[in-house]
Amino acid sequence: MSSAPAESWHRLHPLSPVVRGGRATILAFVFLIPIAFGSDTLSRESPQLGVVAAIVLAGLVSWLVTRWRIEDDDLRIETGLIRRQSLRFPLAQVQAIDVVRPGLARLFRVAELRLRMAGSEGATARLAYVAEHEVEPLRDQLLALARGARHDEAASTPDGEPEPAPQEERVLATVPTWPLVASILLENWWLVVIFVGLLVGLALSPHTVAGLLVGSGFVWALSAATFVWRRFNQQYRLTVAEGPDGLHLRGGLVALTAEVIRPGRVQAVRLVEPFLWRPLGWCRLEVDIAGKQRRKGEGEAQRGRLRALVPVGKRSLGLELVDRLLPDRPRELSRPPRRVFWKSPFRYRALSWGRSETCVATTSGRLRRVTCWVPLEKVQSLRHVQGPVQRTLGLASVHVDTAGRAVHATLRDRDVDEATRALAELTDLARAARKRPALT
Amino acid sequence: MSASLAAVVLVLAGLQLYYLLVPLAAGAIAWGVVGRRYRAWGYAEREDDLLVRRGVMFTRLSVVPYGRMQFIDVTAGPLERAFGLATVRLHTAAAATDARIPGLEREEAGRLRDSLAELGEAQAAGL
Repeated sequence: MSSAPAESWHRLHPLSPVVRGGRATILAFVFLIPIAFGSDTLSRESPQLGVVAAIVLAGLVSWLVTRWRIEDDDLRIETGLIRRQSLRFPLAQVQAIDVVRPGLARLFRVAELRLRMAGSEGATARLAYVAEHEVEPLRDQLLALARGARHDEAASTPDGEPEPAPQEERVLATVPTWPLVASILLENWWLVVIFVGLLVGLALSPHTVAGLLVGSGFVWALSAATFVWRRFNQQYRLTVAEGPDGLHLRGGLVALTAEVIRPGRVQAVRLVEPFLWRPLGWCRLEVDIAGKQRRKGEGEAQRGRLRALVPVGKRSLGLELVDRLLPDRPRELSRPPRRVFWKSPFRYRALSWGRSETCVATTSGRLRRVTCWVPLEKVQSLRHVQGPVQRTLGLASVHVDTAGRAVHATLRDRDVDEATRALAELTDLARAARKRPALT
Repeated sequence: MSASLAAVVLVLAGLQLYYLLVPLAAGAIAWGVVGRRYRAWGYAEREDDLLVRRGVMFTRLSVVPYGRMQFIDVTAGPLERAFGLATVRLHTAAAATDARIPGLEREEAGRLRDSLAELGEAQAAGL
């Protein structure tokens, strides 16, 4: 290990507790306003004042006890007053680095830096918040260190080889606004249908439906609107670009996010075509990286969702990006035997699979079509599964397990002999792919 | 086995204790089901990967490369402990990986764990 002199400790931005407080901060201000304007009633307002003071003190303490620095190839964060925590994140194992700027953070010109590691829930290094002008250099420094650390580890490159000079990034795709709105509404068409239904009902018989609306309908409509808004906010003008240190993703309307996915960290790629998008030839391209952690503010329903490289775009654009990620993707997919129709009549038309030397592709889906690509060097395990219905029809499935959080590549309903052969072939190919030195 | 079963059935029928046939039949079926499930379990250590087979209705065959193993755990519940058995479970970075070998003799479980850990170390591949 190279022993670079350890830096001195850094603190987070002094306004961090204010931003982290989010709504609580706004609430505190609301409490404070009457006190500020009516100073003669101080004694009556003292409980509120006490609460506000306690919050301010807690924020101040949390800021004082948190510090971070870069030690050799690790990022070290120390935090906590009573339960002291010292966290060390090896930069060589960083999967992706995000820069997140919620609305309030943008107001105060600060940003959060998030290092995503491969582990489970707790394994995200968060620096919330860092001054806006420091965030980009810091991220580049961390990425450079991560790259360096990985080179040391691999020990395949000769020492002293100069790092490739950072080139300009190349923009691959940007999401246009109106297709994005249309795509969100079309994908969640049932939301729209029920919403319109409620409105029509209200117009036809105001008195009977009004009661229903005020009760459950209103709450429901609100949550639906929140859902649509969140999607829109997240994916607004999302730009994907190719840089020297990986794929760059930027976007967002109120809360800005910028993300760097390092090359060779993509576990699987998925192309989704929801039912109502298909006539328009639209698709969504998603990548899966290791780690099960949820983003802050992500609900249960969103946990299975992946990071979209292209939230909505033409199918040809999606495939072009797939080619960039997986140059050797399989071109020819084979269809399952005809008797599969009796087992999965809705899925039958969508099912197929194919493989190349380095990659396996599967398609499935009933109404919406899902195409998955898994690079064979990322395969964790393979499973050959046969249920009772499949046995009577002489069929079997092969599952390809990856370390990602949502992509399930399955060679569904193949002829038994073919499935058995595929299992053996994929095992051998995956072994060969693992032993091959990484290209990136 | 079947002859003695037939004899028992005949005796019970003679004594007009038909109601006793129901638990007897249930027991026989359960015995058969458990036996088939027991025989379906199997594992094989190959050069580069471990094969684990299980299931009667749903047959599953998992291939887990040694290089992909994140950790191995050996557990023994109270019932297993009473019979000197243990379960070995392999974990990879994929949550879907389903490689569990139950009912191993304790020495065999320990040997398997050590040999798997050694092979995993030798062939370890990153994520």
